[in-house]
Amino acid sequence: MAFCSRNSRNIIIINLLKSKVGSSRLMKLSRVCCYGTCLNSTNHCRFLPSTTTLPQLGNPDPNSHKKGHSPCSQRFQSTKSGQQFASLPNGEHSQVLDFPGGNVVFSPEMQFLSESPNVYNPCYRVLDDNGQLISNSVFVQVSEEIAVKMYSNMATLQILDTIFYEAQRQGRISFYVTTIGEEAINIASAAALTSDDVVFPQYREPGVLLWRGFTLQEFANQCFGNKADNGKGRQMPAHYGSNKHNYFTISSTIATQIPHAVGAAYSLKMDKKDACAVTYFGDGGTSEGDFHAALNFAAVTESPVIFICRNNGWAISTPTSDQFRSDGIAVRGQAYGVRSIRVDGNDALAMYSAVHTAREMAVNEHRPILIEAVTYRVGHHSTSDDSTKYRSADEIEWWRMARDPVTRFRKWIETNGWWGSEAESQLRSSIRNQLLQAIQIAERAEKPPVKDLFRDVYNNIPSHLREQEKLVRETINKHPKDYPADVPVDVAVKDDGVSVYDVDVIVHDDDLIIHVR
Amino acid sequence: MLGIVRQKMLERSSKKIRPAVSMLRSYSSAAKQMTVREALNSALHEEMSADSKVFLIGEEVGEYQGAYKITKGLLDKYGPDRVLDTPITEAGFTGIAVGAAYYGLKPVVEFMTFNFSMQAIDHIINSAAKSNYMSAGKISVPIVFRGPNGAAAGVGAQHSQCYAAWYAACPGLKVLTPYNSEDARGLLKAAIRDPDPVVFLENELLYGESFPTSDEVLDSSFCLPIGKAKIERKGKHVTIAAYSKMVGYSLQAAEILEKDGIDAEVINLRSIRPLDRSTINDSVRKTNRLVTVEEAFPQHGVGAEICACVVEESFAYLDAPVERIAGADVPMPYAANLERMALPQVGDIVRAAKRACYRSVP
Repeated sequence: MAFCSRNSRNIIIINLLKSKVGSSRLMKLSRVCCYGTCLNSTNHCRFLPSTTTLPQLGNPDPNSHKKGHSPCSQRFQSTKSGQQFASLPNGEHSQVLDFPGGNVVFSPEMQFLSESPNVYNPCYRVLDDNGQLISNSVFVQVSEEIAVKMYSNMATLQILDTIFYEAQRQGRISFYVTTIGEEAINIASAAALTSDDVVFPQYREPGVLLWRGFTLQEFANQCFGNKADNGKGRQMPAHYGSNKHNYFTISSTIATQIPHAVGAAYSLKMDKKDACAVTYFGDGGTSEGDFHAALNFAAVTESPVIFICRNNGWAISTPTSDQFRSDGIAVRGQAYGVRSIRVDGNDALAMYSAVHTAREMAVNEHRPILIEAVTYRVGHHSTSDDSTKYRSADEIEWWRMARDPVTRFRKWIETNGWWGSEAESQLRSSIRNQLLQAIQIAERAEKPPVKDLFRDVYNNIPSHLREQEKLVRETINKHPKDYPADVPVDVAVKDDGVSVYDVDVIVHDDDLIIHVR
Repeated sequence: MLGIVRQKMLERSSKKIRPAVSMLRSYSSAAKQMTVREALNSALHEEMSADSKVFLIGEEVGEYQGAYKITKGLLDKYGPDRVLDTPITEAGFTGIAVGAAYYGLKPVVEFMTFNFSMQAIDHIINSAAKSNYMSAGKISVPIVFRGPNGAAAGVGAQHSQCYAAWYAACPGLKVLTPYNSEDARGLLKAAIRDPDPVVFLENELLYGESFPTSDEVLDSSFCLPIGKAKIERKGKHVTIAAYSKMVGYSLQAAEILEKDGIDAEVINLRSIRPLDRSTINDSVRKTNRLVTVEEAFPQHGVGAEICACVVEESFAYLDAPVERIAGADVPMPYAANLERMALPQVGDIVRAAKRACYRSVP
């Protein structure tokens, strides 16, 4: 299998002479060049010395991106017609043609790129299954304080999921999505980011919000859709969002957040902020068109965005073997010109290190990074799913017990003397009690008032919605027994303006705007 | 066909005085001719220079100067950071633009035609229109989606559909349909300044048409309110409500009807969502008869909505059933004769108005 690296300086051609179609022998070297068919009839392949430098694909000036030119100004250069034959620095001509689509080196061998690699893309991990550091591992050091905080958050997330799942089963909330098995991805990635980095989640990343300070009570309020929910009861449970934590409100549609993140990253770049955009999605989400468009775009616009794919093996009941045939997700990054890495998603330390490094690259080099975190979805897809229908209960149990990322990280911090069994039991019982109390409070709280049904459709409430709200309120007051008792029907609040029949008075950004009807 | 329309417009404008607004000001009465294309281009120039957060994104908007040259000169003036040529992926660039809007920029997304917006419609509806509501007011999306909509000439089924009714059905969106240059300038500027997502439906055949524009319209602070229709021609016997290109046809029909003693009032809707129910109802309460005109498919269309709102609010005032003129209920055929038969013509509007006035056998 061969690929092109956009900024590669050293290009080496594969030895093709002995290869047959579909089975190329890869050299051990990390950079290879892609090639096309040869126009002339020479029978031998061109071998370039390893120090040969070819101009960058599609861009006659390899240094233009460093000169401070706008990245898109490279387009102006590429549309000018280049010379017919590019000359190599050692003065040799032929066998390389300067197409607008890129410099191609020719070969008389008809060679198809294989659909599957000889060597699978390696997976970066630092802790072994027993939470012990692998020797010679490269990682970003974590302080005791951060490590303990990471572990506490991971354990909290586990308990939060268990309790809310039970609450749904008891009929107290309508729906829930667990993150069991993916706690390390959630917490470790959040820990490696700064609070200025904007997060575009899918729906299996409440841990990122937890790390950033969303309280257990706030989680409960959203799930119960009560008056204190900062989402005003608009969304299904587990669809959290918080401006102040830079966590964009969850939208159920799959993969739509991926191009959103690229757009936001582009905005961050234009604002010259020391921050990046981060987006999460599953293995299934990478089949959506949005994934491909977003990666392509991020590379072209050189936007500081980190794509984190939680490859957990399942998209509801669809296993990855039915989802794609590539060697996982990280290899797709190369196809779009995006630097990528595959990480053991159940290794919190490896996740932390990879995301930390990715963030530096994204922000300092203005580039997208793709991280494939391999893991396992221990829970069901959601409370509407029973995964034992399509996978064995033994498989689920094994991953839940033997490969639990929380236990694995705990073993590491215990080895370092930062944690013990007393701390463990104290944490677990404290969190459990806090959660149970939060749920009780959330359950008993009032639901959002009637006026929250009609606000926020537009920036300013339009007159027809104000009329409808008035009508609904009148109807509820006339027929109270037809309506639930816990819906507050308070009078319209003055913050949105008062409607008088002939004139709409709207207060918008402290300006009084009067529309005469 | 186009030549006839243009000639009629010039004749009409030289005879009639412009509506009340320009009479109150002391601007020069020698109105400048401006094409809709120039109107849109100048509006974009002015809004981009007034607010550095406004940027354009779409296919061919930059170096090609826009597929219909609406964005001409903008790349040269504002640079590639603010005028983005994109790969071919409507879903991709719409998603990216929505993400930029989430963060705080003000994108103006161009669809080469709104037919291609269907590939991005999930982002328009689920990511843009609903976001402010779903996020309880936290995520506002100050984005504009613009491009040609509806039938052009000889472009077949997949390039001729009108999407006004589709987008206007969705709460959270605003849908605008300019007709002349004044509409184009005023409504596009209003759309770009609006904090809500706006779908701005232009018409390819109107791009080249010129209309007289007063100095007030040419001023860079000019802006039209969203949600207000305009009475293009006052009348008392029948109300004809139309949008986009059909406004021009309705005005022509009104001229013909005048010779038969029917004084038609022509409403240029300008805004499909929010629909200016009060202007429509006030007019129907005056004339007691209504004809709606659109070139879109008839079922569940804008005309159906107008009819429903008039029946709801002004039923007692109707002296005749509402007449609804729309395109034929078939995918647009290509052959010129068939295309002509699939779209409303001036004669159709005239006959409908006469039927509403009980002047002809149905």
